[in-house]
Amino acid sequence: MLGEPKIWLTALGLTAGVGMIVFLLGLILVNGVSVLWPKPVIQFKHAPDGAILAGELRKHQVRRDSASGNIIEEHLVFIGNKDATGSAFRYIDAHAITETTEPKDILVAERMEYGDSIFYPVSVKSPDGKVIPATDAGFFPALHGYIKEGNDRRSDIADIEKNDIGEINKRMTRLTLDEKGGRITPEQSTASRAELQKEYETLAAKAKALRDQQHLATLTYRLADGTERSQAVSEIIHVDAPNALSWFGKLGLFLRNAWALVSEEPREANTEGGIFPAIFGTFVMTILMSALVTPFGVIAAIYLREYAKQGFLVRAVRICVNNLAGVPSIVFGVFGVGFFVYLVGGTIDEWFFSDSLPTPTFGTGGILWASFTLALLTLPVIIVASEEALTAVPRGVREAALACGASKWQSIQRIVLPSALPGILTGVILSMARGAGEVAPLMLVGVVKLAPSLPLDFEFPFVHAERKFMHLGFHIYDLGFQSPDSEAAKPMVFATTLLLILLVLVLNLSAILLRNHIRKKYAGGTF
Amino acid sequence: MSSDADSPNPKMIEVDDFSFYYGPKKAIHNISMDIPERQITALIGPSGCGKSTLLRNMNRLNDLIDDVRHEGDIRIDGTSLYDPSVEVISLRKRVGMVFQKYNPFPKSIYENVAFALRVAGRNNRKELDEIVERSLKGAALWDEVKDRLHDSAFGLSGGQQQRLCIARAIANRPQVLLMDEPCAALDPIATLKVEELMLELKNEFTIVIVTHNMSQATRCSDRTAFMYLGKLIEYAETTQIFENPKVRQTEEYITGRFG
Repeated sequence: MLGEPKIWLTALGLTAGVGMIVFLLGLILVNGVSVLWPKPVIQFKHAPDGAILAGELRKHQVRRDSASGNIIEEHLVFIGNKDATGSAFRYIDAHAITETTEPKDILVAERMEYGDSIFYPVSVKSPDGKVIPATDAGFFPALHGYIKEGNDRRSDIADIEKNDIGEINKRMTRLTLDEKGGRITPEQSTASRAELQKEYETLAAKAKALRDQQHLATLTYRLADGTERSQAVSEIIHVDAPNALSWFGKLGLFLRNAWALVSEEPREANTEGGIFPAIFGTFVMTILMSALVTPFGVIAAIYLREYAKQGFLVRAVRICVNNLAGVPSIVFGVFGVGFFVYLVGGTIDEWFFSDSLPTPTFGTGGILWASFTLALLTLPVIIVASEEALTAVPRGVREAALACGASKWQSIQRIVLPSALPGILTGVILSMARGAGEVAPLMLVGVVKLAPSLPLDFEFPFVHAERKFMHLGFHIYDLGFQSPDSEAAKPMVFATTLLLILLVLVLNLSAILLRNHIRKKYAGGTF
Repeated sequence: MSSDADSPNPKMIEVDDFSFYYGPKKAIHNISMDIPERQITALIGPSGCGKSTLLRNMNRLNDLIDDVRHEGDIRIDGTSLYDPSVEVISLRKRVGMVFQKYNPFPKSIYENVAFALRVAGRNNRKELDEIVERSLKGAALWDEVKDRLHDSAFGLSGGQQQRLCIARAIANRPQVLLMDEPCAALDPIATLKVEELMLELKNEFTIVIVTHNMSQATRCSDRTAFMYLGKLIEYAETTQIFENPKVRQTEEYITGRFG
């Protein structure tokens, strides 16, 4: 009976902890998912001047006006049409609204520039000059057809500019290096250069022809306040009528938005489009980091636990390793810049890439150095977990292995390590969770807000360990705190956070499944 | 102290004025005894008397402990264990060991038995198959496990696991089999099986067994050594020790008036 209140206290501690975690995850989940769910477009009539505007309700707030001291109740409305209005968001006084409607025929278009547009369609002009009014039955099929054509052409142009012309640029660079390195004569270089230049001009002309076609089909539309505007259909990525959608229609749009988020590249200073490069960068970096830190940490733990003579020195080393876990992560970043980037990377450049100097190849931040830095950061986690796993292997099994005539290394390799593997994997899981969420050191050793290419692709040698990369954690910071329009970026912050958590979850789950598989193999063992 | 070699069999293990220290503590005091070939020799005595220490010195497993040293010598088949030319690994291949708590490896039944051969670099599948079968038959386990050789060893019962450990220890055809209280963690039926097995195995191996079980010593062993406080008190034929002990301490211990 005496212990009862203390039991309650421990339960209270757990409840508080779990409660906070559930609240945080719930907040991220609700906000992250609701970003992708299509919202209704509401049309407001404003009292003082009878102005009409339409948009999505984003926030409702009550505040005290600092000048007059009056209580003001207001809505934040996303009105879009940044090209026409200058700002995509507007606060409107809740008491001044005289009428709200949800018109079924209002459209929302996602565009390449200036964000979404919210409008009533008027007419569409085909490339050959034929005008189809919005009331015509052929309007929507024609509009969607032109949008699709525009999207296809856009990806064709991107393909030419990024791959074909990019390839020519690379060959040009190689020519310069070859000439500098004396492998080809200046005459050869000039000849090849002229050839490449010709190839480039053909491709550029092809791209220009496509681009010219992009301006032909135009859409004329009317904003809620009555102004009419027109723009090239090819600027529109897709168009929907959210108020007319059924629940299933909304679900379809939700799924399309979710897919676009995880599969597309970012646009407009990262506030629009997808975050695929960041997901991919985080994934590759975390895997690379685990692959670097695990062998290193396990070997260190084996020496500390199995071979080193347990004494003052080993105790001191162990204390140092544990303290390493408490060093601020930015310090690791500084070390990474100084040691990996400048010293190791700089030396590699001098030895193997001296032709391209002063442009650094490995002597600048990149995914490899970021992974090394984070591997160093998570090393204590692996060492401590591995040491504990090794200690937990029963003495009897070790002695049995030795009694069978195994050498010490054979008994470690064949008996002790397999027995300790589940415990070591627990360490890997912890280190992945720690490493994937780390941002500060990465900012120094290779993360960028927009990377032109992925660290893994189909171009030889496929793994580009020296490339800079994007990272979900840094993306959150960049969107939330570096964005020109933080209100516009806020939904993306939640969606990105949700994806980062999901990515860590997926990585951890696969490690946990692997661990369970190993455990099951030796079911009943005392691990 | 009687260490006479009155056995018909030639001596396999000779313990020659052997002492052993854990740090400053002397655990074994100048023991000399000859253990005859292909017989079961039981070491009995109260806990802490040094019988396990003596046994674990016969394959130098005590070397693993920090801060130990020895005096005197132990010879197996005429070779000194501490001869600088003797490699401890090749020594352990000649001396198998079964432990108090059954300790199979986290591997399949087959790989448990094959372990000693694999670490010796013998990986010929056919040879391994034969040896695994012979060893499991030798440990009277073959019929029970032949259909699940590649299942985890942890799926076996305690008694089966201990017999698997015996099969593992004899896979390499050692000359000597050391058993450190092999039945301490087993129920009576499993104990009986292991004892029957020991009687089978003594036709091939020299067995040294540490036991706390007086009746086990009488049932199985040919010779018995009684140790107390690190000293060898009496060492003779088992029948003599139990029926006609010469030393009063031995008599008091085996009759349970001591301890």
